[in-house]
Amino acid sequence: MAEQNGIIQLKNIDVTFANEGKTIEAVKDVSINVNKGDVFGVIGYSGAGKSTLVRVINLLQKPTAGTVIVNNQNMLELSQKDLRQARRNIGMIFQHFNLMNSLTVYGNVDFPLRDSGLSKSERKEKIDKLLNIVGLSDRAKNYPSQLSGGQKQRVAIARALANDPEILISDEATSALDPKTTTEILDLLGRLNDELGITIVIITHEMDAIKQICNRVSVMENGRLIEEGSLLDIFGNPKEQLTKDFVNTSTHIGSVLDEIRDSGIVDKLSGRLIELNYIGDSTNEPIVVELYKRFQVEANILFSNIERLQSTTVGIMLFALTGDDDKVEQAIQYLDSLKVNVKEIDLKKEGK
Amino acid sequence: MANLVNKFLPNVVANWEGDNGFVTAIWQTLYMTFVSALFAGVIGIILGILLVVTADDGITPHKKFYYCLDKLVNLFRSIPFIILLAVIGPFTKLIVGQTIGPTGALVPLVIGTAPFFARQVQLALVEVDPGVVEAAEAIGLSPMKIIFRVYLREGLPELIRSGTLTIISLIGLTAMAGAVGGGGLGNMAISVGYQRFENDVTIVSMLFILVLVFIIQGLGDYAVRKLEH
Repeated sequence: MAEQNGIIQLKNIDVTFANEGKTIEAVKDVSINVNKGDVFGVIGYSGAGKSTLVRVINLLQKPTAGTVIVNNQNMLELSQKDLRQARRNIGMIFQHFNLMNSLTVYGNVDFPLRDSGLSKSERKEKIDKLLNIVGLSDRAKNYPSQLSGGQKQRVAIARALANDPEILISDEATSALDPKTTTEILDLLGRLNDELGITIVIITHEMDAIKQICNRVSVMENGRLIEEGSLLDIFGNPKEQLTKDFVNTSTHIGSVLDEIRDSGIVDKLSGRLIELNYIGDSTNEPIVVELYKRFQVEANILFSNIERLQSTTVGIMLFALTGDDDKVEQAIQYLDSLKVNVKEIDLKKEGK
Repeated sequence: MANLVNKFLPNVVANWEGDNGFVTAIWQTLYMTFVSALFAGVIGIILGILLVVTADDGITPHKKFYYCLDKLVNLFRSIPFIILLAVIGPFTKLIVGQTIGPTGALVPLVIGTAPFFARQVQLALVEVDPGVVEAAEAIGLSPMKIIFRVYLREGLPELIRSGTLTIISLIGLTAMAGAVGGGGLGNMAISVGYQRFENDVTIVSMLFILVLVFIIQGLGDYAVRKLEH
């Protein structure tokens, strides 16, 4: 954390719950710094404490210890009234949308505007604009029960944007949606970040959601923040086991390894299994050709996954290398000398 | 038609008008029901809201206050109404200046009904999605605004359902209060119909009460249907 002047600064946050005599440490000594314009992802399994952590940002959850600074305001020192004012600058969307069932789409977006001091016609103009942004202009008169999940989340986004917040918190906002709708909602969030410059904090348990729009990622496990970095760092070079699991699930290499193990294909090839990670514009074909030319080693590509993350290529490849033992050894050394991460996989040891 | 009525319901006809007649009794029952519903409604809603917001998971938790209020509501709900009528006699006299007649019945009716309704209101409001309440907090609404704009608004259909139920049980209580000097249709059925063996009076009193119950239930159901989306 080089910069300490972010729009959201959480420092040494602890959150402890007392439950029937037992104390539960939901968040332990977590510090994060989100810069203006970031799309900051927090990933972790359920129960990792990520929902609790993001609720600390707008003090829906009071931390047991630590400092919360949002927009250069120390949130814990604000009066109730000032805190409510500060919350208007932090929009929030939820997994279950949390819309008012008794109000129409229009009424739901109007809900936060009722205390804004705008006149009725100014409010109408604003609501029309917001509904247009989220693509629901034709649904203004409908009630939430008449909408699909994705449409409800769009209404929730319009509501969250009503007070022109600089920050948007998304608490598992796509977890109750199908994959296609998830992509659409994430696209919308990405657009808001691009066009309106809103800083977004996303929590999720899906690496795909992180991959799609985040530029920075932190990984949480058991209330602790175990790894943090740019999306490319985390994706191209994960350090902690949990991070690797998330990345593997996302690239599908985990399930491919399982399949290879079960099929016994490597035994038939009598080769050594090599995993190759690279970021940037290395391409795979020259490597394969080079290996044969230089060492007469055959590289059998078992799996390859190439993605564009934030306009950078991130690739992962799985080879079975066959040839003379010492030649294969040389080939591996050669790969090591390139700008790629090489890892030999022992199927007997490597669990999923 | 008039002959038939005279033949089968002679005592109803004889008791139709006058200070102790059916017309007066109907008005008395309506008066007792709606005036006490008004007071019990306001008190019940206030107490019910207090129970919801001061509970541990409420928007302004207050352990001691919740504990006391919760026990108090239970206490008053536990007293059988017929005993309550007698026990609070002096208090009734202090407030409305009399212990008999429809006005004298108002105080025990309100005290007997408000805690019941408070519990109904509490049950209706805890049903309001906590997520919506959280969203309102995140938007920056004050607790007062959350009560009016979220709890009472989102809980309205359920509140009307509970209100209907409460008014119907209140009609039952007015009959009981009537029997011990409150007047109204309950008094008619017992002190005229039952004690003088004028069965037609008892039956017609009951029919009037049933009609009143059906009307209230119908209006309640209609309102809920209109409100729910």
